[in-house]
Parts: sequence; C-alpha cells; structure tokens
Amino acid sequence: MATVTYRDALNQALHEEMERDPDVFLMGEEVGVYQGAYKVSRGLLEEFGARRVVDTPIAENGFAGIGVGAAMVGLRPVIEFMTWNFALLAIDQVVNSAAKMLYMSGGQIPVPIVFRGPGGAALQLAAQHSQAFESWYAHIPGLKVVTPATPYDAKGLLKSAIRDDNPVVFLEGEMLYNAKGEVPEDEYTIPLGEADVKREGDDVTLVCHSKTVAVAQKAAEQLTDEHDVSAEVLDLRTIRPLDVAAVLRSVEKTNRCVIVEEGWPFAGVGAQVVDEIQRHAFDHLDAPVLRVTSADVPMPYNKQLERLAKPRPENVIEAVRRVTYLDGD
Amino acid sequence: MAQPYQATPLDADRADFYRGLLRQMLHARRFEEKAGEAYAQGKIGGFCHLYIGQEAVAVGALAAVREEDYVFASYREHAHVLLRGTSPRAVMAELFGKSTGCSSGKGGSMHLFDVEHNFLGGHGIVGAHLPLAAGAAFAAKYRGTDQIAVCFFGEAAVNIGAFHETLNMAALWELPIVFVVENNRYGMGTALERAAAVWDVYRRACSYDMAEEIADGMDVLAVHETMMRAAARARDEQAPTLIEARTYRYMGHSMADPIHGHYRTKEELEKQKDRDPIEQLKGRLLGEGLLDEDEYKVMNGEIREEMEDAVSFADESPDPGPEDLYTDVYVE
Amino acid sequence: MEALSPTMEEGKLLSWHKREGDRVTDGDVLAEVETDKAVMELQARGAGVLRKIFAGEGSTVEVGSIVAVIAEPDEDIDALVAGAAKPQKAKQPAAKQEPAAAAPPPTTPAPTAPAAAPQPTGRVKASPLARRLASEQGLDLGTVQGSGPGGRIVKRDVEGAATSTPPAVAAPLPAGGYEDIELSQMRKTIARRLVESIGPIPHFFLTTEVDMDQAAEARQSLNALDAGPRISYNDIILKVVAAALRQHRECNAWWLGDGKIRLFNEVHISMAVAVEEGLITPVIRNAHLKSLREIAVESRELAERARERKLTPEEYTGGTFSVSNLGMFDIDQFTGVINPPETGLIAVGSITEQPVVEDGELFVQQRMRLTMSCDHRVIDGAMGARFLQTVKQMLENPLAIVY
Repeated sequence: MATVTYRDALNQALHEEMERDPDVFLMGEEVGVYQGAYKVSRGLLEEFGARRVVDTPIAENGFAGIGVGAAMVGLRPVIEFMTWNFALLAIDQVVNSAAKMLYMSGGQIPVPIVFRGPGGAALQLAAQHSQAFESWYAHIPGLKVVTPATPYDAKGLLKSAIRDDNPVVFLEGEMLYNAKGEVPEDEYTIPLGEADVKREGDDVTLVCHSKTVAVAQKAAEQLTDEHDVSAEVLDLRTIRPLDVAAVLRSVEKTNRCVIVEEGWPFAGVGAQVVDEIQRHAFDHLDAPVLRVTSADVPMPYNKQLERLAKPRPENVIEAVRRVTYLDGD
Repeated sequence: MAQPYQATPLDADRADFYRGLLRQMLHARRFEEKAGEAYAQGKIGGFCHLYIGQEAVAVGALAAVREEDYVFASYREHAHVLLRGTSPRAVMAELFGKSTGCSSGKGGSMHLFDVEHNFLGGHGIVGAHLPLAAGAAFAAKYRGTDQIAVCFFGEAAVNIGAFHETLNMAALWELPIVFVVENNRYGMGTALERAAAVWDVYRRACSYDMAEEIADGMDVLAVHETMMRAAARARDEQAPTLIEARTYRYMGHSMADPIHGHYRTKEELEKQKDRDPIEQLKGRLLGEGLLDEDEYKVMNGEIREEMEDAVSFADESPDPGPEDLYTDVYVE
Repeated sequence: MEALSPTMEEGKLLSWHKREGDRVTDGDVLAEVETDKAVMELQARGAGVLRKIFAGEGSTVEVGSIVAVIAEPDEDIDALVAGAAKPQKAKQPAAKQEPAAAAPPPTTPAPTAPAAAPQPTGRVKASPLARRLASEQGLDLGTVQGSGPGGRIVKRDVEGAATSTPPAVAAPLPAGGYEDIELSQMRKTIARRLVESIGPIPHFFLTTEVDMDQAAEARQSLNALDAGPRISYNDIILKVVAAALRQHRECNAWWLGDGKIRLFNEVHISMAVAVEEGLITPVIRNAHLKSLREIAVESRELAERARERKLTPEEYTGGTFSVSNLGMFDIDQFTGVINPPETGLIAVGSITEQPVVEDGELFVQQRMRLTMSCDHRVIDGAMGARFLQTVKQMLENPLAIVY
C-alpha cells in the first residue's frame, strides 16, 4: 500500500470516479485553473478539461443550485465549497432543494450530488471560518452526511458518495488534508453508514468522527499508558445514516461512553448518539454518557483561547476518568 | 424592442393554432376555478396560488418549447404542468393530496412534478428554482443535446440573490435557458414599484449582458412570438434571454390572501380585467371569423366536463397510506 | 461532607475544631457545619492525623465531597490531594481512598443509623448496568455500597459484592486504596430496611430534654428492694413509652401503604439492641400490660438472646413503636431511623449531670435528651409533640405510670 495524504486520497477518488463515469463533474470556486484552494482538485482540469472541471464565480447559492438542477436531470455533480462556512450561503439549495426533491416529487426526482469541502476549525481563522456543521446537515432527512478521518476512509467514502443516488454532504477536515495514511493501490469503496473501530478497547468507548478521531486516539494512548484504562475508539465515519448498531456493540462491551466531536454542544451529533445509547443500551450503561465538544462560543482568534475552545485529549481523559469512576464526582 | 400592448396581427392560416391557444387558456382558467372551489370546500389545504389572469404567459411561452425541454416554475404552476401534458386528474389529485397525484400526494399545490413531461417543479422558495433551471440547462449543454430550459418566476424574485447569481452564470457559461418573468405587479401584497429600484424588469438583463425581451403578458400571441425568439436563441446560439411578460393576477397571492384591499383597489382589478387574455383572443378570433360562438361553447363545455371529471377523480382517489410516509426520503 | 440532615445536599463549614496536623480519634468533633436545618457537628470517622483540610471556614461543600483527609502521618495522600484539589468542574471530587477520608467507610459498625445515612435521598442510586447485573445475580442493591458519584452503585460495586469473601468485621483499615467488604446478611437487611425507611418515609424529628432526677430516685429505690432484677433507665423508658402510647394511640400506628393506617390498641415496643454485626430490634409485646419488673426481665433476656443470635423472627417483628438507646455510648442526642411499617421511634441519649437554673438558683440535675422520629404521613408535629410531652412528664414524675 502506498502512503498518501488525505488531500491526495480525495484527489484520487475524484480522478477515478470522473474516469469511471462521464456524468461526474466537479464544480466550485478555484477548482480548475487555480488547482483547488486546498489543492484537492490538482491536475483534474488538465485531465478532464473545463467542461468537467468548472470554475465558478463566488456565488455559492447559485452554483450549488446549478449542481442540484444538473443532478435532477441525471448528471452526478461534485460541488466543492471552498469551506463549509461559505456553504451557509447555499444551505437553501442543500436543504430546500437537494434534500427535498425526491420526497416532494413523490419519488420521481433523485438528486445524486455530492457537496464537499473542508469544515471545522483550522488554525487561527477565527469565528467565521472555524465551524463544524455536521449536526446541521445531519438533522435533515434526505441528506447523507459523511465525515472521513483518514486518507483511506476519505477515498473510499468519497467514491461511494459520488456513486450514491442521494445528496451527500461530505465534510472534509481542513486540518486533515496533510494527514498521511496507507491507501491501497487497488480500487475500493467504503459503504456509507458504517462506523469503524479504529482501536479496540474494553473499558470505555470513545465515539468520534473526522478530526476528533485523532483526538480520541491520542487520548486512548494516554489512557492506556497513564491511567490503565483501555479505550475503544469508534469512528462514526458517516453521521447520517448513523451506524447505531456499531455504537451499541461497542457500548455493550465497555458499558461506558464518551463522545468527542468538534461541533458545539447544543443539539450536536453527540446528543443524537447519546439518545440512541440511552434508548437501546440503557441496561448496559455503568455511567452517564459524557460529551466532549468545542466550547460553546464563537471561535476566538487568539491562539491560546482557540486551543481551549477545541476538544483536546485532556478533555477526553477527564471525561473518561469520570465515566470509569476513577475520579469521584 | 417590441412595443407592448400592440395587438399581434392574425394570420388566417394559423386559425387552428390560435384556437388551440384559446383552448389551453380556457383549460387553465377552468382548472383554477375548480381548484378555488375545492379549496373553499376544504378539499385542498395549505397554500394554493391561482393563475387566473396570467394564462397568456404560460400558454404563449410553452407553446414555443419542445417536449424534451425542461420546464421549471414557481409555486404558481398549476397551468404550467397542465400545459406540459400532465392530466387535470393527476394535478387535481395532487392538490387534493391524493396518492394518484402527480407527486403522489407528497408535494401539493406548490410542488407539482412530472418527469415524464419534463416538468421539474413546482418550487416553494422564491428564486431558488432559478439555479435549478440553469443546472438543467448546464446538463443539456454538458451532454451536447439541443434541449433548453425554461424558468418561470414572478417579478418579485428578481430582487433575490439567486436571480443575480444565476443570470450571471447563465450568461457567463452561455447556457441554453430562457428566464420568463411573469410580472403580475405584486409580490404578494407589495407592488413592484415599492420593492424594486428598477421598474422595468427586463432591464436587469443588461447587468449580465444578456438578451432582453418584453412582452404584453395579456396577449398570448405576443408572448408566444417573444418566446419563439428566445427559445431559438437558447437552442441555436446557446444564449440565455430574460423575458418580462407584463400580466396581472386576478386572485389574491394565494387562496388565503385578500384579492384586493390595502395593496390594490377593486377598481384597478376591474380595469385590468378589460384586458383579459382569454376575452381578448376570443374577441379577435370571433371578430375575424376564425371562431364562432358555437365552437367556443362546445370547447368550453368539453373543458368544464374534463374539470368535473378531474375533481371526481381526485375526490375518489385514495390518500397515501401510512406506509408511504417513509418512502421517497432516500433512494434505496 | 456527610449528610447531616435527611435532606441536606450541601453544608456550610462554619468553623474547624481541629487544625491540620492535629491527632484525632474516631468520633472527635472536627468542625461545625450549618445544614439546611441546623448547626451540626462533623465527626471524625477514623483515627489518625488531620493531614489536609480542603474546605475552608465559610465555604459551602456538597455532600459527598472531601472536606479533609485523616491519615497516618506517613501515609501517601498525594493522589487524594490532587483529586480533591481539582477545580469543581467535576462537581464533587472524592477519591478512591474512602476509608482515609472523612466520609463514612463501608463498614463502620453502627448500632443504629445516626445522622450519617449514606443515602440522603433514600432511592438506591445505581447505574442501569449495575441494576441489570444485580438482578441477574439476585443481589439486593440495597445491600451494596455505591462507590460512584453520590453513592451511585456501579458495575464494580456489584461485581465486588458478588465475588469478595466475608471480611473480618472492624478489621483495621488498610492504608490507601479501598476495600470492598461483603456484607453480612444482617448488615444487608439493616441497610435495606433503613434505606427503605429513610427514603419513602418523610421523617421529622422532635427533641426534648428531660429531668431524670425523679426517675433516678425511683430506680434507686426499686433496685434497693433487692428482690428481682435490676431496673435500668432503659426499662423505665420502655415502660413510660408504652404507657404514653396508650394515651396517644395515634402514635402507636403502622403505615400500611394501601391507603390505610393501622392504629394499635396494644403496645408492642421494638427495642434496638446493638449486636456484634449491627443491630436488631426484639419486641416487647404488650408492654403496656407489663410491670416494670417484667419489662426488665424480658428486655434483658431478649437482648441476651439477640447477642447470641438466638431470636426467632416472631421475636423481632410486629412492633408498633421503637426505642433506641445510645446513652451507654455517651451519645447526648441522635436521630433514629423509623422501622417501617412503624411510624415512630424515640432515640434516647445519655443521662448527664447538667447545671440548671431555676428561680434564680443554680443546681445540678440529671438530664437526658429524647429525640422522636416521626413518619409525617401519620404523625404531625403537634401530635408527636404532645406524645413526647407525655413521655417527658411521666419520666419526670414516674408515679404517673401507675396513675
């Protein structure tokens, strides 16, 4: 297996799927001539031409809607948002058009489209550029929401997302683009809706996705080394549909759960996971499920404050010590 | 630029075509009258926006496009879907929320869809379907077909961002699309002059170096002629057009809204009815001997019967079952 | 911080009676704490050196959190200090080394349940998993000591209860860490009964102080008769309570729980007896009919058989009212936990010589405090007070018994 970056894994997925299906095209700001704001689309314009790699004006609502319209008549657009912060301008098209079309047409009009781009906080980009929106989109029936954490997952999941006949919100981690990992040379896809155990453990389940997988893994290492706690790291990978069965399998084994997410606490992804756990695994719980989230504030610019606002391994360890009753309460 | 409000000369060789347009306008109006009646009886719920008064626009424009072209409209779209060939039964049943409706009872008045007839909605968010139509045009161009997209919307939609974003990209990418503004003078209860700095809507096109047209929206022949030019421009030259058709809405914004009152007077409404598109065309055809009263009566009678049948069909059709609640959320 | 009242959730530390470095023994008053009800004394629950005080004077501390550490001078308490010193984000820091902390250790022998009831809210708090495991193992959760926050019973507690071997009672506390000790059947029953009691039963307490000079005199003269058994103060109290209950039938009642209260004409007094493993309450039946002498004989006999664990179930059930006496332990005053379905209990403190001022004259008197626990569903404040007043009057004038 080759070691590639998350960015290149996504690039490979786009390349392979565009090669495989002539109806797949990429549209967005700076995707062509500029080679992508984050270079995910590097080389695609040269390979596939301006017909299939379409640079747009800065008009998120407009080009997102054009993507939906094209999907309504059978193309398979991949719409790149430079970041998901800007996609708020297009949320009407994602929510009111893409997510609703199949239902309100009585099943006549599927919308096979992928909206993708980086989400979450990077470094010192401040309040308007540091937001994790997965819970917003996951709230909407009709959308699928995918949040890969590794290059392997990014490639396999993006290929599945492009082949999916439903609108898929594909949130990449802005801080993950340079992350390296092994990616097979051979063709593969990863089904949407399947969580992945990134590390096995017995004492507590750490449910995470996207960037918080690394946070949870780091916490898990420290928990083993310094606290004698064996943590299982469960990467949701897809937020909607949520792999509830995988969460329950793990929690039934460990009896304790901490959810680590980059979003804000109120009505976040973790809240949904907690609900599923209390609903279906109540008698397996030995402690309340705790959540580690971003601080409930707009992201500050100051580096120290920003560090405090993000979920950190220390927060995870603290929560784990509480659910395993290593600390009193 | 064609001058508005000048009657298009008639050509006796095209009498059948004119009678066809008249029939389509009557068809649309009788349907809407039935819909209004059913709404009053509680058979139709929610928002229901009637098209009465504006028939010349959809009839004239859609007579100029082909079956394979894509048509998008706003939520005032009963006439448009009928004109694409969807049966009054399927449309009325949809308004009634029945499983036999053209959207299986899940869309309702604002979300009529008929893929078979390339009618792609039926959209409830003002302006939001403009980019969708541009997307269909993009797809046609992407695939190298000679289809065009036609997008109907009210004059109030030209103040929303999606209008500008879409017109810019349609012009920039030379998309085969025609934007038809149905200027009925009121965005709900706000007169155009109170909402827009530019009162001549067609002039908005110049911002995007786009072809512009203005048509008398109460004259079906004028609309048709204008649309013929625009469709050809889209199909043959891959150039979009912005058409402003000046028309008038006889009804309230929706069935839940007042017909007149604070925002317009009864007198204004009555005066506009003097220009009624159906009466205009009927009068001219009668005057020039291209139609006789008996023919008209037969036509009107047949349409009335068709609408009665549509209502009976909708009445008798079953509601969707509970098992339908969770279908069509995702493609499995 | 112990729960010093049935409803206490937090306490305000008014003053420390000991300083860091002081040697303390079990029962020493460490501090005064203001609860939601009163100013109470916080007592040491173990012997050692008061190594560290966390809660300063004037601070408010949640029940269950650490206020101080008592440990041997050389014992390592770093982890405990680190745990407790953390910011209050985790609400109530506590620590694994419970025996060394000023929180009740799992098996301090307690003849009855004075102030330190471990379950202030009464409901058995257990994680859902612990509940399921206990149910699968047929384990009564009421008998398990919870080690989680607020005493929550968690998986490890149930597993510990199921696997550990019976401990030596009152074994020396291990230094650091903690010890899970399997409960004796009696301890389990006590715990379950008391938890059942303090939880669903709305207790309130009435205290009165009694002049025992007359009773002492009467006892002395009776015992001087030289025939028959020696009469104890407790016997006199039992007799008086029985007589008073005849006059206050409303306090001689059972809460039946099916919408009914049973008022008894007969008086059967449950008498709390401390035994090695805990306590048991043999019943003196028809106490109202029995002479002081009969009561003295019977109570002694029952207590003896209780200590030998020879009581039959009929002998410790069916009481209509309880008397619990810790006077012999120099307990001035305490509150007892009602023994359902009974609805009242009198807790008897020690008799001590107290300076008394009457009509401007100072003299010394034998005084004793009685605290009555009442089930408010049956006994109202004034009702209980009237009864207690009768008891007091009878003790202050023992002739009233035969009046």
